[in-house]
Amino acid sequence: MTFHSRIDTLLSIYEGRGREALLPILWEVQGAYGHISPEHVRQISHLLRVPEADIFGVIGFYTLFHGEPTGRRIIRVCTDPICALAGADDVLHRLCEALGVHEGETTADGDYTVEHSPCLGLCDYAPAALVSARGEADVALPHVSADSLLSDWDGQYFTPAGNDRSVLLKPMLRAAPETLAQYGNYAALRRAVTEMSPDDVITQVEASGLIGRGGAAFPTGLKWKFTRGAAGEIKYVVCNADESEPGTFKDRVLMEHRPHLLLEGIALAAYAIGTDKAYIFIRGEYPKATAILADAIREAETACALGERVFDSDFSLDIELRRGAGAYICGEETALFEAIEGKRGFPRMKPPYPTTFGLFGKPTAVNNVETLCAVPGIIAKGADYFKAIGSNGSAGPKLVSVSGHVRRPGVYEIEPGITLRHFLEAICGGLIGDLQTVLMGGAAGTFIKPEDIDVKLTFEDLREAGSTFGSGAIMVFNHSVDLRDVLKRLGRFFQHESCGKCFPCQLGTQRQVEILERLDAPRAGDSERLLDIGLTMTEASICGLGHTAGIAVMSAIEQFPELFEKEL
Amino acid sequence: MSEDDITLTLTLDGDQIEVAKGATLLDAAHLAGVDIPVICYHEATSPNGLCRICVVDVDGGRVLQPACVAECQADSKVETRNERVERSRRTILEMLNASVNLDEAPEIQAMMTDYDADDARFPDANLREHTVIDDNPFYVRDYEQCVLCWRCVQVCAEDAQFTFALTLKNRGHDTSVATAFDISMTESPCVFCGQCVGVCPTGALKPKLEWGLEQGWSAAELRQNTRRGRKRSPEDDDGE
Ligand SMILES: Cc1cc2nc3c(=O)[nH]c(=O)nc-3n(C[C@H](O)[C@H](O)[C@H](O)COP(=O)(O)O)c2cc1C
Ligand code: SF4
Ligand code: SF4
Ligand code: FES
Repeated sequence: MTFHSRIDTLLSIYEGRGREALLPILWEVQGAYGHISPEHVRQISHLLRVPEADIFGVIGFYTLFHGEPTGRRIIRVCTDPICALAGADDVLHRLCEALGVHEGETTADGDYTVEHSPCLGLCDYAPAALVSARGEADVALPHVSADSLLSDWDGQYFTPAGNDRSVLLKPMLRAAPETLAQYGNYAALRRAVTEMSPDDVITQVEASGLIGRGGAAFPTGLKWKFTRGAAGEIKYVVCNADESEPGTFKDRVLMEHRPHLLLEGIALAAYAIGTDKAYIFIRGEYPKATAILADAIREAETACALGERVFDSDFSLDIELRRGAGAYICGEETALFEAIEGKRGFPRMKPPYPTTFGLFGKPTAVNNVETLCAVPGIIAKGADYFKAIGSNGSAGPKLVSVSGHVRRPGVYEIEPGITLRHFLEAICGGLIGDLQTVLMGGAAGTFIKPEDIDVKLTFEDLREAGSTFGSGAIMVFNHSVDLRDVLKRLGRFFQHESCGKCFPCQLGTQRQVEILERLDAPRAGDSERLLDIGLTMTEASICGLGHTAGIAVMSAIEQFPELFEKEL
Repeated sequence: MSEDDITLTLTLDGDQIEVAKGATLLDAAHLAGVDIPVICYHEATSPNGLCRICVVDVDGGRVLQPACVAECQADSKVETRNERVERSRRTILEMLNASVNLDEAPEIQAMMTDYDADDARFPDANLREHTVIDDNPFYVRDYEQCVLCWRCVQVCAEDAQFTFALTLKNRGHDTSVATAFDISMTESPCVFCGQCVGVCPTGALKPKLEWGLEQGWSAAELRQNTRRGRKRSPEDDDGE
């Protein structure tokens, strides 16, 4: 086939679509050709009526898209803190040596491109990699070595999760996701659409005390009420499955193990706010969860649990899966909308808030995967069942992702109120070595010292202790860990992921990493510089990324001032 | 009473003032005769509130508010220049100065003096390096002087010209203004309306003539290399 007929065939299914189809199309071209050339851009521009310069700008924003030719196989090794502890730098180094390239380069024969990657959400399988072979689906690889990356790729892994008492997680004995038959045919949704009004659903969710699990801790029922009450016929539900905070992989486990639980939660949200269209925006680094969800959507549609006239009611729902393309910032709700709309993932100014002006400018309820997964249980068993779990301010079960120096890293469902100590010592199988510190809440979290781990794991207790659940990430470091190295990697992460829109964060993440890179021989005044940068980012940035990009560093300055002084 | 007539009161630096509903904090400051610095804000472009030099303290909130876009809230207490505000403004300027060549941005330099910003606060910083792009007879682009205010991209697009020759490339600190695949301006859809040059707050976009004079070009070189060379004679031109 000639170039033109090949690309024409590829693009023909997008005929008549607009800019919102840009990311899906770029994925098609990236997958088939390994990069998106000026000629491709010309054709896409013509098809979607989007300026070529804009398409070029979009390609450059998302790290999984390439504007330059790449190797037939692209290997991306995660080098964020947890994979680094497991020897990721060494893997990358050996790989580059074996292939005779530097990181970021392509081998002369065009076979391989090697890159490093931010956290891939496989921290319980560190070191991890994401690999792409031209024309094939991407694969996330667990426990990689230079040798395994150069032989046949084996993407088999599954994270054991759940026990008899857990509700969100079921004890998983096999790697296969739960089927519709195993899950049960969406009893909560059936009940809602046949017996309950949308307002009843919202009332139940409000009464349950469910608060969002995506980091901002906003009451879910209230968000739905606002969205339902907002003016306008067209509304949307968006499931935020962008999970890219280093050390966080709870949403991945939910999607890989219990896809139908999530789909039912989304359907209940859609019914409640009054829409027949929902999107799942899933990070590009989660190919396995993406495939599982796509299958589950088809399965549920066949069973009349999704699609036209759900369970013969007047409620219909189309759920569309959208893949991100390598940008942590697209987890920020308004940047996520921009990505679905086919633009660079720049956060918008708020107000207006998504509940009135969200996706395509329409009222939108955007919720985290775990938040939505909590809803079917609330509707099936009632708000009181949910409230009875946990504490007053932290109703319901909570998932956390634990990684680093514990015997059994993974995803756990906890009842808020247990202490961090109990969690680490009894639930995660105990610590490996002597605890140095816990990084609580992700890259934007705070450090907790061993003497403070009796803190209770609830939203309110953590807040009082100056910490946060954040994304639910708990990274555990024993005394073998060089915290300066951890900080340096966190600094690199934020520098890499800042969208660049606002000056405080665009410049602050850069200045911050410059100083963190020289922590082994700091200059006089570096802690003051870091504090000025951190406070300025926190107080003056546009979005949550900038607001939190200096938090871990400022927490380290407080807890470990010695790290910032010259070694004698 | 129509919507527009509704007013609200707030306290700005200790003084009670009355403003129309929907007024920004910057509007309120103008009214009160208080000076708030701005970099990205420009009357001709839609505001993006991105430079954040205009931040002010509203009711001691957790985060500061960008005065150019944030609307006045009734009965709020606004401080336009307290310690928090000064730290943010000073640090933004110091960080900017470490990334961008501000030699030809006198307004920003004046702000540096006003806010006591240290010219060498961030040693060993990564200056954004770019070479001057001289690819058309009308203007040159020196992105080493670009502060990424987005104004040029905006006037080239929906704010004025609908030409879409310019975009932003890469992300974060590596961002720069660019054409698609870095093609020259003459290959791009650019119609040389010059609006981008008009709104650029620094020396990043400069008329070719001005640049040629700085380079010490002879009259003949100037004629040959600038748009004047395309007109009948230099004298016929409307000047810069
Ligand atoms: C930089 C950044 C990244 C974020 N990433 C995610 C994410 O991956 N998943 C998520 O659910 N929320 C993320 N959030 C929070 C979302 O903006 C939003 O608050 C959340 O999706 C709302 O869902 P919830 O109410 O169910 O918590 C992020 C926020 C910021 C500022
Ligand atoms: S805070 Fe950072 S990520 Fe957020 S808008 Fe500003 S530059 Fe972009
Ligand atoms: S070139 Fe000028 S107008 Fe354009 S973004 Fe840079 S500083 Fe602003
Ligand atoms: S002038 Fe207000 S953010 Fe730039």
